[in-house]
Amino acid sequence: MFARLSTAVAVICLLGTPSFAQGAKPTDPQIAHIAYTAGVIDVTAAKQAIKKSKNKAVVSFAKDMVRDHEAVNKQALALVKKLKVTPEDNDTSRTLTKQAAAKQAELAKLKGAAYDKAYAANEVAYHKAVIGALETQLIPASSNAELKGLLETGVKIFQGHLEHAEHVAAELK
Amino acid sequence: MLPGLKFVAVLGVVVGAMGSIPAQAETIRVNIDKLVFAPANISAKVGDTIQWVNEDVLAHTATVKGDWDVMIPPKKIVSFVLKKAGDVEYYCRFHPNMKGRIAVAPK
Ligand SMILES: [Cu+2]
Repeated sequence: MFARLSTAVAVICLLGTPSFAQGAKPTDPQIAHIAYTAGVIDVTAAKQAIKKSKNKAVVSFAKDMVRDHEAVNKQALALVKKLKVTPEDNDTSRTLTKQAAAKQAELAKLKGAAYDKAYAANEVAYHKAVIGALETQLIPASSNAELKGLLETGVKIFQGHLEHAEHVAAELK
Repeated sequence: MLPGLKFVAVLGVVVGAMGSIPAQAETIRVNIDKLVFAPANISAKVGDTIQWVNEDVLAHTATVKGDWDVMIPPKKIVSFVLKKAGDVEYYCRFHPNMKGRIAVAPK
């Protein structure tokens, strides 16, 4: 499900919902909301992993996700406040949140090694999807230079987490 | 110039004047900003101190596989004294896309 993030963004554009109508790009307040939501989703998934997993590498990876994404989202909130931009909920954010909830329910049913593998695989897919969405949609669409800069740093963070997640996933095999 | 570096420089002059101790240990600063070690490649010698200055809101590490591991908390400066000669590649455990390299010459 998470892997379809960029597809979801694309589909929403195609469907022409009001906010993205006629090829219109997401606005900065919407982009800020989407980026923030992407971080919150990963924190929520990580908190579930910290509770469920007994695997040291998985738990420590999950703790890294909570720490990093919370720190970045705090920085993002400070930036939007400074820019006087109010993050605006939108269909992409809503779709992401809905998909994340479904994924979390699915993962909740798994236990032990099966859970660890599914969580790690999903982290890999999710980080890839977010990187794709940032690079192809959100960064090109953002108009404020500081917001763009934060999103560009976001790509590097997600790339780092992706590599880290791939290591964890490989260890579980 | 950094206060730390200036201190080392002054010390170097004093020690040099005494003429007893050869190469004086140096402090080399590596900045971390937006998940980049800068400069990424440095040359040092055994006994030198690497000082990582973390400008990010994220914690990073400077880790050499199977060897040393330095935690670098957000917005902190962390120092590490080089003990062995050799070329080392280090990376961040949290963001393995962050890489650096130190060529450590013998004392
Ligand atoms: Cu790092």
